[in-house]
Amino acid sequence: MSELRFEQVTVRYGTGRHAHIAADGVDLVVPSGHVVGLVGESGSGKSTLARAAVGLVAPTAGKILLDGKPVPRRGRRPLQMVFQDPYASLDPRMTAGESIAEAIGRGAVAGRSARREEATRLTDLVGLPPGTVDRFPGELSGGQRQRVALARALAGRPDVIIADEITSALDVSTQGAVLNLVRELQRELSLSMLFISHNLAVVRYVADYVAVMYQGRIVEHGPAERVLLEPEQPYTRQLLAAVPRPGTRIDVTADGGDDERAAAVT
Amino acid sequence: MMETPQAAAADSVLSRVAPANPGASASPWLRFAARRLGQLLVSALVLITASFLIIHLVPGDPVRAALGLDASQQLVDARRAALGLDNPLWLQYVDYLRNLFAGRFGTSITSGLPVSQVISQRLPFTLELAGYSFIVAVVVAVPLGLVLGVATRGGRRRGTELAFTSVSILLAAIPGFLLAVGLVYLFAVTLHWVPVAGESGFSSYLLPVASMAIGPAVVLARILRLEVIAALRADYVRTARAKRLPAWRIYLLHVLPNALTATLTICGLLLAAMIAGTVLVENVFAWPGLGSEIVASIIAKDYPVVQAIVLVYGTGVLLINLIVDVALALLDPRSTIRES
Amino acid sequence: MARSTSGNGRARTARLRRVLGTPAGSSAAVLLGIVALLAIFAPILWSSDASAIDTSSILQGPSARHWVGTNGLGQDVFYQVLVASRLSVGLALAATGIGVACGLLLGTAPLIVGRRAGRFITSVINIAVAFPALLLALFFAIIFGIGAQGALLAIGFASAPAFARLVRTLSASVAGLDYIAAARIAGVSRFRLLTRHVLPNIGETLIVNATMAAGDALLSFAGLSFLGLGVQPPSYDWGQLLNNGLQGIYTRPAAAIAPGVAVVVAGLAFNLFGEALAAGLGVSPQNITAGVLGRLRGALAASAARAAAAEPPPSARTVPADSVLVVSNLEVAFPGGVHPVRGISFAVRRGEAVGVVGESGSGKSLTALAVSRLLERPARVSATEVTLLGRDVLAEAGRGRAAGAMSDRGLRRFLGTKAGLVFQDPMTSFNPVKRVGAQLAEVAAVHHGLSRRQAGARAVDRLRAVRIPRPEHRARQFPHELSGGMRQRAMIGMAVMGEPALVIADEPTTALDVTVQRQVLRLLKSIQADGDMALLFISHDITVVGQVCDRVLVMYAGKIVENLPVGQLTDASHPYTRALLAAVPSMETPRDRPLAVIPGRPADPANLPAGCAFAARCAFASDRCRAEDPPLVADLAGREVACWHVDAVLAGAPTAVAGAEALTADPESAGPAPISGEVA
Repeated sequence: MSELRFEQVTVRYGTGRHAHIAADGVDLVVPSGHVVGLVGESGSGKSTLARAAVGLVAPTAGKILLDGKPVPRRGRRPLQMVFQDPYASLDPRMTAGESIAEAIGRGAVAGRSARREEATRLTDLVGLPPGTVDRFPGELSGGQRQRVALARALAGRPDVIIADEITSALDVSTQGAVLNLVRELQRELSLSMLFISHNLAVVRYVADYVAVMYQGRIVEHGPAERVLLEPEQPYTRQLLAAVPRPGTRIDVTADGGDDERAAAVT
Repeated sequence: MMETPQAAAADSVLSRVAPANPGASASPWLRFAARRLGQLLVSALVLITASFLIIHLVPGDPVRAALGLDASQQLVDARRAALGLDNPLWLQYVDYLRNLFAGRFGTSITSGLPVSQVISQRLPFTLELAGYSFIVAVVVAVPLGLVLGVATRGGRRRGTELAFTSVSILLAAIPGFLLAVGLVYLFAVTLHWVPVAGESGFSSYLLPVASMAIGPAVVLARILRLEVIAALRADYVRTARAKRLPAWRIYLLHVLPNALTATLTICGLLLAAMIAGTVLVENVFAWPGLGSEIVASIIAKDYPVVQAIVLVYGTGVLLINLIVDVALALLDPRSTIRES
Repeated sequence: MARSTSGNGRARTARLRRVLGTPAGSSAAVLLGIVALLAIFAPILWSSDASAIDTSSILQGPSARHWVGTNGLGQDVFYQVLVASRLSVGLALAATGIGVACGLLLGTAPLIVGRRAGRFITSVINIAVAFPALLLALFFAIIFGIGAQGALLAIGFASAPAFARLVRTLSASVAGLDYIAAARIAGVSRFRLLTRHVLPNIGETLIVNATMAAGDALLSFAGLSFLGLGVQPPSYDWGQLLNNGLQGIYTRPAAAIAPGVAVVVAGLAFNLFGEALAAGLGVSPQNITAGVLGRLRGALAASAARAAAAEPPPSARTVPADSVLVVSNLEVAFPGGVHPVRGISFAVRRGEAVGVVGESGSGKSLTALAVSRLLERPARVSATEVTLLGRDVLAEAGRGRAAGAMSDRGLRRFLGTKAGLVFQDPMTSFNPVKRVGAQLAEVAAVHHGLSRRQAGARAVDRLRAVRIPRPEHRARQFPHELSGGMRQRAMIGMAVMGEPALVIADEPTTALDVTVQRQVLRLLKSIQADGDMALLFISHDITVVGQVCDRVLVMYAGKIVENLPVGQLTDASHPYTRALLAAVPSMETPRDRPLAVIPGRPADPANLPAGCAFAARCAFASDRCRAEDPPLVADLAGREVACWHVDAVLAGAPTAVAGAEALTADPESAGPAPISGEVA
């Protein structure tokens, strides 16, 4: 149960004239026990923000605070992440159980059998059959691997979980189950969650608050209902207008000049 | 284009550093040229320093070792002074550099001749040998690799693939000098078609060039075949087939340029290896090039000659790498931007 | 975790068995074994024979007593060659050991020591690696001196940079993977990261390369000794024997050939074994570029024979008169009994947009490729009919059933101009080294015989038609200089260069951002309207298909399970279509309920059941479904469906209800959906 706060976080790659600013003065708060959805298109900087939060990238400026204090980098890691690609996020040479056990804090649980028990408990928590701890990632499907990745993230008893496009690589049939699981776990464990996705429908389903990123900046944020139903910023409106909705058609006769008026043809 | 997030994360995961920058498009050529020349200068400096240090890293007294145990101490001291070996190290280094840029490579300990003369006499032969061998290898390998790649794509003609792979493995496993010995025995000693050794006109080139070219030609053909097969499976070839272009056009204008670009680096490596290979092959054929000279000098401990020849070989390798990099940049429009 | 290690061990023995199973692998192993045995036992058995001096037969050629002849001391060269194996092989292995150890240290150091030192080490390696190993060996040999020890150190250190570079490249590629990042986030120390994660994953490639490096070291040693810089008398290795033998090559060639053969055979043994290891362990050695033939036999493993259910006869369908594309009973098969497409029949009319929807394994992309005649061996395509504008597309050139069999060139021109293709990934679908304009112009130049200038002008015109600003400038650029959306537009422009009657788009917007996707879809529709073209739109996204198409074909496990107009999607009669629609979250999905889930896993084309492929996951399934595969039949005007229980589906009365915990549990671990008796 913790609040994650980004204060004027800037991440810049390179120096001088050719620097690329991936995140530009981002202010974002993930309130304790709530889910904040972070949406944006490619190049918006949302993944960069995630990586900065877990320490994979050092922010050039700004602070990332957990409950007002800097995120600890030693000992228990209260910030964990689940990645997008289920096929790259697990070491192919370690069983699922070993991958999960590695993430269990050494102080919390000691002894091999205790850790194995804990790993089994976690796989059960994410809805996998008990034998999964002894299977290798190569024997599991994409959805199953994402569940293992989730169990691993939970192994360190985190306060905050960052989910970076966790369902984008999954088939439609498995996506729903994983999303249901994420929602249920978040509620049960009162996790604070930063849920990153380019799919607005998925974010709407999962998040309490929504922040919209464009070219490294947060252009709009607020309660999910408000942002997604009554967007105030033009980019948000453009984004929402582009989301395909069931039952609608792409009509080229009506506003044919729309593309010309767009700021840039991408 | 940006480094992939994974490449960026690679460094940052373990060293916590913001990765190198993608760069805007302002004058990528100039920045590429500047970077590449900078690399060349650094490598050249390392090479020169290494060559300079040879005479100092050898255990014992190099001059005494070269002149022999029964040479008089006076002679040894005189030669030491002549070579400047009594000066402090940094002074020797500066003198070395200065002499290099003036074209003075020193004097041979054993023969007393200026080293530059030795080199200028022998370098052309080595260049010819390496050059002709490389050309022959490329001229043989490229059509062979392309034809075989097209013929054995998608698992066709397994028999041909097996035969080619077996033969090429066998030929590539025989180092140049062994091949040379075998060829000498077959064509010179038994059949008397070509001279056994020495440089004496066109026919004397045949065996040395053949023994140097066969291995690399086979390796190149093998790699090119695999590259052609990979290129044939690429999406852009599917597009070309979807445009229903004639087969020759697809192979020559779409597949070959991409496959060749991939083998360009290999070509550079092969040419550099060939330069090294001349050392061995020249000794088989008593070819009057740098290779036979350096071996004799090493055995005779004639270090000024050794240093100079090491410099020549090293410079050749550095130049080859530079040419390959420039060619890659010219041929693959993505590469300059990717590098910077 | 005893079970896990044995699982790992089992996998390892299985891989080893695979390595030794191939003829190349077993012969290489045998050869290597012989070499090893010789190296160990030859000196024990024969060193006295080898050193026996026989002054009565000096410098003689092969004879009954001395098979390869004798040297200047009357010693038997054959035995010498055998005995020299220990020194030659031993030195080669020792040199490789030095090289690998130094390489590992240097290559992994940058990952541990931190940024500055790491960069320095990497640049040293890069400079050293630029020089061929033999030159480096020569350099070190000069310094370390002539003799076996000097040569050992020389060759060892000379191979270190290449290994360091290899280790660096491999560990960098592994270190960039997500699971390393995850371990880092979990607090794993750098050292443990290296030993537990990085090294095991690059170990196999290293072993393969080390094996081949041993072969190379053997050859290098032979070379150095041959030059007189390596092993010195009275010791001898193969290289030195070669040197001795060469001097008498006129009169006693055998004395030179024999050690040469020994060197080649031993070197070959190492290299062949290394390659067999690589093939068996699934590693590509770094000195052979990636792109080794994807052996389909691995991916398309043979499966259990399918129950011999009779194929349903091709339905007597009425094909509309203005059909641009007619496909009847299309099948695609791969060797090994894999049938990804099992009898597809549909038609596309002029000006109509038909969408093909399915998940992975449904066969939708293969259908598109098969119809456009882009599938090559080993895929086998067969159909009762595939005609474009009335002309047979699948027949071999010169032989055709439909009217007007075409020559090869004629067929190419026909397909190249009448059918346009748009693929999913515009970055890889464009040739990266040719300019965009040239790639478009090619179509016109080849098929319409336009001159270069005319074709170029037409290309610019098409780029303008797809609303790319400054088309003349863009035409001269390379594909990587365009953004993703612009590339896809250019791809569409390329597809319509010849004014086709049909455009086939295979997941054209899947890789694009949602705003760009909308622009590209609008473009596609307007192009379609302008040219009165038919559109075959393949996608996994049923919402997008609903926006763009007039009709939808839903595919599952290689068959069309439903064919209906887009406007009636909400009234779909096939359980899979309904499940698919329910499972996709939209902006209107109620937030207070769990999302719908389809239990089970998608069908595996190598392992299809006898009956309906969806039965295992279907809430309406009965025994009949599991035994008999329902045919695709027309039910209402313009609609077709392949299901035995259409009425039940439309009435919304499933025979089974998923339990609450089934909605969060892993659907793929659950068994088939329970049933409660047969529904008539």
